[in-house]
Amino acid sequence: MNPLPWLVALPLTGAILVFVLPGRWRAQVSLALLVPVAFASLLTLAGVLSQGTQSHVLGGWLAPLGIGLRADGFAAGMAVLTALVATPCLVHAAFSLRTKAAREGFWPLAWFLWAALNTIWLSADLFNLYVGIELLGLAAVGLVALAGSAQSLAAAMRYLLVALLGSLLYLLGVALIYAALGSLALADLAAHGAGEPTVLIAVVLMTFGLLLKTALFPLHGWLPPAHGGALTPVSALLSALVIKASLFILVRLWLTMGPGAMPVTLAWTLGLMGGGAVFWGGWMALRQTRLKILVAYSTVAQIGLLFLFFPLVTGTPIAAATLAWDGMVLMLAAHACAKAAMFLAAGNLVLAIGGERIADLNGVCRFRPFSLLCFGIAGVSLSGLPPSGGFAAKWLLVQSALASGQWIWLPVLLGGGLLSAAYVVKVLASALVEGPVSDRFKVPSLPLDLSAFVLGCISLVLGLVAHTPLAWLRAGGPFAGGG
Amino acid sequence: MSGGAWYAWVGVALSTLGFFGFVVHRHLVRRLLAFNIMGSGCFLLLVGLAGDGRAIDPVAQALVLTGIVVAVASTALALVLLRRWYRVSGESVLPEDV
Amino acid sequence: MIRLLGALLACLTVGAALAVAVLWRPLPVEDLPLRVTSRLAEAGAGHAVTAVLLDFRAYDTLLEVAVLLVAVVVAMALREAQPDGPDRMGLANPLLRAVMGWLLPLLLLMAAYLLWAGSSRPGGAFQAGSVLAASGVLLRLAGVGFNWLDNPLRLRAVLVLGLAVFVAVGVSTLIGGRQFLDYPHEIAADLILVIELALTLSIGLALVSLFQLAPPQHTGPHLPDRRRRTRR
Repeated sequence: MNPLPWLVALPLTGAILVFVLPGRWRAQVSLALLVPVAFASLLTLAGVLSQGTQSHVLGGWLAPLGIGLRADGFAAGMAVLTALVATPCLVHAAFSLRTKAAREGFWPLAWFLWAALNTIWLSADLFNLYVGIELLGLAAVGLVALAGSAQSLAAAMRYLLVALLGSLLYLLGVALIYAALGSLALADLAAHGAGEPTVLIAVVLMTFGLLLKTALFPLHGWLPPAHGGALTPVSALLSALVIKASLFILVRLWLTMGPGAMPVTLAWTLGLMGGGAVFWGGWMALRQTRLKILVAYSTVAQIGLLFLFFPLVTGTPIAAATLAWDGMVLMLAAHACAKAAMFLAAGNLVLAIGGERIADLNGVCRFRPFSLLCFGIAGVSLSGLPPSGGFAAKWLLVQSALASGQWIWLPVLLGGGLLSAAYVVKVLASALVEGPVSDRFKVPSLPLDLSAFVLGCISLVLGLVAHTPLAWLRAGGPFAGGG
Repeated sequence: MSGGAWYAWVGVALSTLGFFGFVVHRHLVRRLLAFNIMGSGCFLLLVGLAGDGRAIDPVAQALVLTGIVVAVASTALALVLLRRWYRVSGESVLPEDV
Repeated sequence: MIRLLGALLACLTVGAALAVAVLWRPLPVEDLPLRVTSRLAEAGAGHAVTAVLLDFRAYDTLLEVAVLLVAVVVAMALREAQPDGPDRMGLANPLLRAVMGWLLPLLLLMAAYLLWAGSSRPGGAFQAGSVLAASGVLLRLAGVGFNWLDNPLRLRAVLVLGLAVFVAVGVSTLIGGRQFLDYPHEIAADLILVIELALTLSIGLALVSLFQLAPPQHTGPHLPDRRRRTRR
């Protein structure tokens, strides 16, 4: 049986079930449902690897009349990555959510979020992608608001406004493309889109809408309060997966239009914004005094690295473009695992010290070494130290920059690594200072630490075995021949 | 000018106006209104361009209907958040926007 | 001032880009309305818009119902975090109550008609659901409570009904070896009617709940954590 529709149907079923069930069963039902959803994701990837690109004709109506689901290596890989990251996050949530309001809202919203993510990975239709990002955005905003404080309400409101503006810009683009091509299918955009000024303007509008949602510098203002102020598993899901969804659509759009179709100046603008993000995000992270806000600013910086992809694939030789693709997707995967691990570990540390301030971490190394170790492991990958996935990804990006002669990105890659190492060390240094001798720390339960630990280890191992997932992610895409 | 094109141009005007209002205002209710104006402009553009010089396009109408429901849900969620934010803060602008 | 200029610049850019795009648009390659008309007989609804909404692009509609439900879930969770004071929604207005006695049957009739008409004329679940919601809002304003909705399980069951029926239909087509939401031709019209009925109820209730989940508080803002908030 084709697993594609199940990837959306199962999370929606989960959302329906946990919404109706009484509170005490929600976590159990969710954890039980993780198994079939993860299985469907793996099955999709296996199908793509054995039989090539998979598709499913929804309602039996072929596109452009109906909507198609389509899974190439990139989409299937993202579905597996979603399962990989979301599973530890949901386990963490099952053990960490305390207030009734949080438990009330978290489970249905998390399942809606998952359904929206899978919708986006699999969609082959522009308007369907719009509904997908709206579902994703609203669920994410709701999750941010769950933290319950006044600050989190303000952060959710700001996030919602940005998300709404972003979706409207995207929708304007959809309207223009539908007017120009008469179809909403991505396949038709690929076939007839290039060279039409209307389509080009549409894609530029959509690009800016998606940049808002991805929080690329200088449009990132909403991200740190939203990600830093949310409940811990929510921060992890948002930073690891949700912003990747709008980036995914952006990459899809650009690749659908074809490598030569988008203007080089726009690609360079995105790259320069990314460079700005790396430095600004890293610098701001270094200046923070609250742990989770620091991690959130680190997300702002890391998003910037992903955007170096655009100048490196636009108008460059295929070898350089393939390296850039590999570097970008590996960075995406490594960042998803490492950032989720770091947020979970940071949340555990916050739980242990009973506060957010980095200065209060003094002495935590003696009493809660495992929690701190998890944070350190995630930090290794984020700052791009070998043998982590982050290191391998940066290495690929450096090679791509050299191959295409775009030297300007080397200082960005190097400086970004130094800055991220600096803010990770800042946290570790504060934790390694001897504190009071008595154990004033609370004990996070073992599953909380383990979920962070597992994710951190995955992001480390990703660097050692990078070959295999990279080959999977290339399958069926424009870079399938390379490597 | 055909009817469809006229609607499309009104849509362009409304989207631009809504975008301006959304960026320039700070009061949250105004921003929400601006969002809805921009959304209406967007829907008009979609229907107007699709129906221009041809038979009425049921696909565009269905898309707009879907879009309207999504916009209603977003507006409702924004209003709920706004009410809750007003109750804890007594303000109807966001903190750093003052 | 800078903000005004920036906003002006941004909006002029967007406006100019839109104008250029509209002026220079090519003739579309594809003619979807034609495809819709030619396949309408195979769909489960006679009216083209309804056929697109609930058959050709039913997946979009399914997700859109999920979007509406997300808004309700958030509103419910936020009320849990920030409990409301006593309900003061009702207006002390005898006229409204008296008029509602006349209006309510008409509104319900209207909703039922819209739902029924949707298969052959403009109308359908969303229009019917919003008329239903409008009558619910008027009832709330007239001070009529919905006591039977105080049972959270019942409330949730009705709220989720539309999405649940929709997903159930999709999953059963999958299990039956067809594509997701590929209705068997003989029962397509019935299935669509069942889905629309469930959607109408859920949409109506979702809109009413969104209306009453953040009620006005006559006491004004109560500021428990204002003192703790640091102003920078």
